[in-house]
Amino acid sequence: MSRETFTLDGQDIPFEQGQTIMQAAMAAGVYIPRLCYHPDLKPHGSCKLCTVKVNGRQASSCTYQARDGLAVESNTEELNGERRSLLQMLFVEGNHFCPSCEASGNCQLQATAYELEMMTAHYDHFYPDRPLDASHPEYLLDFNRCILCSLCVRASRDVDGKNVFALSGRGIGSRLIVNSASGLLADTDFSGTDKAAHVCPVGVILKKRVGFAVPLGQRKYDTQPISDLPKPGIEEN
Amino acid sequence: MKRAPFRQNGNRKRWECYMPDTTYLDAVLERHGHDAANLLQILIEIQQEHGYIPPQAIDQLTAKLACPRVKIESVATFYSFLSLEPQGTYRVLFSDNITDRMLGSESLMKLLCTELWAEPGKLSEDGLVSVDATSCTGMSDQSPAILVNGITVTNLSAPRVQEIAELIRKQVPLAEWPAEYFHVEDNIRRRDALLNSNFQPGSALAALLARGAEQTLAEIKTSGLRGRGGAGFTAATKWEACRNAPGAQHYVVCNADEGEPGTFKDRVLLGSYADMVIEGMTLCARIVGAQQGFIYLRGEYRYLLEPLQQVLQRRREANLLGKDILGTPGFDFDIAIHLGAGAYICGEESALIESLEGKRGTPRNRPPFPVTNGYLDQPTVVNNVETFATASLVALNGGAWLAGIGAEASSGTKLLSVSGDCERPGIYEYPFGVTVQQVLQDCGAQDTQAVQVSGAAGICLAPDEFGRRIAFEDVATAGSFMVFDQRRDMFEVARNFVHFFAHESCGFCTPCRVGTSLLKNMMDKLAHGLGSPYDFAEIERLDQLLMSMSHCGLGHSACNPVLNTVARFRPAYDKRMSHKNYVPAFDLDRALTQARQMTGRKDAGAHLEEYE
Repeated sequence: MSRETFTLDGQDIPFEQGQTIMQAAMAAGVYIPRLCYHPDLKPHGSCKLCTVKVNGRQASSCTYQARDGLAVESNTEELNGERRSLLQMLFVEGNHFCPSCEASGNCQLQATAYELEMMTAHYDHFYPDRPLDASHPEYLLDFNRCILCSLCVRASRDVDGKNVFALSGRGIGSRLIVNSASGLLADTDFSGTDKAAHVCPVGVILKKRVGFAVPLGQRKYDTQPISDLPKPGIEEN
Repeated sequence: MKRAPFRQNGNRKRWECYMPDTTYLDAVLERHGHDAANLLQILIEIQQEHGYIPPQAIDQLTAKLACPRVKIESVATFYSFLSLEPQGTYRVLFSDNITDRMLGSESLMKLLCTELWAEPGKLSEDGLVSVDATSCTGMSDQSPAILVNGITVTNLSAPRVQEIAELIRKQVPLAEWPAEYFHVEDNIRRRDALLNSNFQPGSALAALLARGAEQTLAEIKTSGLRGRGGAGFTAATKWEACRNAPGAQHYVVCNADEGEPGTFKDRVLLGSYADMVIEGMTLCARIVGAQQGFIYLRGEYRYLLEPLQQVLQRRREANLLGKDILGTPGFDFDIAIHLGAGAYICGEESALIESLEGKRGTPRNRPPFPVTNGYLDQPTVVNNVETFATASLVALNGGAWLAGIGAEASSGTKLLSVSGDCERPGIYEYPFGVTVQQVLQDCGAQDTQAVQVSGAAGICLAPDEFGRRIAFEDVATAGSFMVFDQRRDMFEVARNFVHFFAHESCGFCTPCRVGTSLLKNMMDKLAHGLGSPYDFAEIERLDQLLMSMSHCGLGHSACNPVLNTVARFRPAYDKRMSHKNYVPAFDLDRALTQARQMTGRKDAGAHLEEYE
């Protein structure tokens, strides 16, 4: 019996019923850029990095169900160009200073930007005012780097059963908030053992007093591009 | 511990004491069944009562709804009519559609601010007033319009603004303001099949019961009725899919969130033809097997809430809603009205459903579609106000009757909301297929430069296209029809729409969240005289990106106003191409504006030399 397959950039990709294009591609070891996707969490489809063309139409591969015979394009000049623009948007929307960032080298935004050969931020920076939250004894929140992927929101709600995080506001004013009347992490039931503490793809949720334990240059994506890792970008920080 | 006084100010209570009285909130929660799915409705009532959502109220909701604080805050901050910060005892929001601006809304807002010593977007120091702009409030035929504590005031003029300033200064309760301020005219200028129908409540339901649900659905199919919200999806297909979808409950939802700038026809239907709309929902309920319906009424039409509730009550008493409708055992259906709170995106049907469920109005990933997985994940029909009204007439007169009216692929009539540069703005009902030229002639438009059909997301037509027809096969529309004569600057029209989209982007997906704001900044850059050919290329590139990568229709159409006007009114853009080569958007002298304001400096020395 032949298994059901779709083609991804011409390559046959087998899938099981119920799998998304992203899941099937990952299982087959094919890299599709992504930032708001995590295999342990319900897909969201908001960063749009994983946009592919399915039979000629754009769709988010993390939410699109695989079907037999689909023709999917992903690694094309057009799509990668558009993905690069999305990355540039994320860079100008927040305040990202890679050289001084604790997450540099472990950051999926940075690694994906290298992968897609993003050379400049291109657009004018928004320079939003996003104060830090250092209230928690163990963890620091640096909202400057938040890309609103909602992974911590989903992990806290769906895995930890806690609702520590949520997205608030609307449009360009969207912000990550935490669950306390004071608005401070210290006043929530957040804990370092939460799943939510380990899914941030950038450098918002940082453990205190272990900064730069691994020197820059020897970190995850310093040694291997994000597309080459067996399950790229999903190992937890 | 210092205890702040419990102030009663004007017609609104402020909640500033440390031990707030919670009895009021209990009544609100009781009314909404202590159900977190009604969170938005609960928040709207709290906002209405206090002018904002006090932290103490959130404490109470957290405990009594077993709903995490973050969820409440995340919902409250999504909707622009809700606020976690105190607003003025009088909150005045100026409708900011281009048609309001064309009639001087900006200078009227300045006048009110000057009169009251207020600054736009800020609470006055005495807490008395806050003044700000808001997206189109659906009064383009009687603009400029404002919302005062959520209630519509029309036909603003300088004298009226001065009167209002005086009423606010004297803290006269809103209920004691002159009634004519709140008068909303229907302005029906042309009637056709729908507005002329002299509809009798119950007649369509009687026809439905005589014919049977199956056969009535067949009539809807024969009629070719298509959704009036703009997309034109065939109603019968939607109803049939919902009817066939398995689910414990089925729901019928009337989308009365008409937020496209310049449209107001649903306002008139809900105000003067509500029976026809509700009866359409009821017969749809019979066909799909729903027992519960919702009217999602945009917050801007808050003034219609009580009249609509009265219509619902009258219909319940006449056995046209409720249990065993018209004495038919098992024909049970009732309707609840849910208010919106200032979010255009909730006009998108899946975002509307999220909002109905008390959440942020973020469009869902589709498929699955609402017909199978809608409200509370159950099969749900969402249709526009006008679609339901038309369905009533199909039940009454048969499918062939409607199919005989209009254009080939667009049966029936269409209500157009005509506004802008014309002598007789208002509602015009035409059979589908009417030319743009005909509408312009009927509304008394002269020297017309352009017509924006179907709002900001729609299409901008130039005179050589006025022979085109209003129909799904040519110019499709949700109903907005804004006229611009030769005096108007089409670049400014497009810029207004671009600002609208940036304000209304829900922020869910990267391209729309960031892209609409980048587009806004680029259009502002051109307006500031810093444009060059490079910026045009950038705008076009950004448009392309929004079109291909956005999550929903808002992002896809956010670029339409620019693409449309660039293609047709290029000179308006060329005028902005002040530079041959790229110059940065940052303008040092403009950046010093705030410093000048703070120091009260207006002299030449407070400007950069080159600007002297």
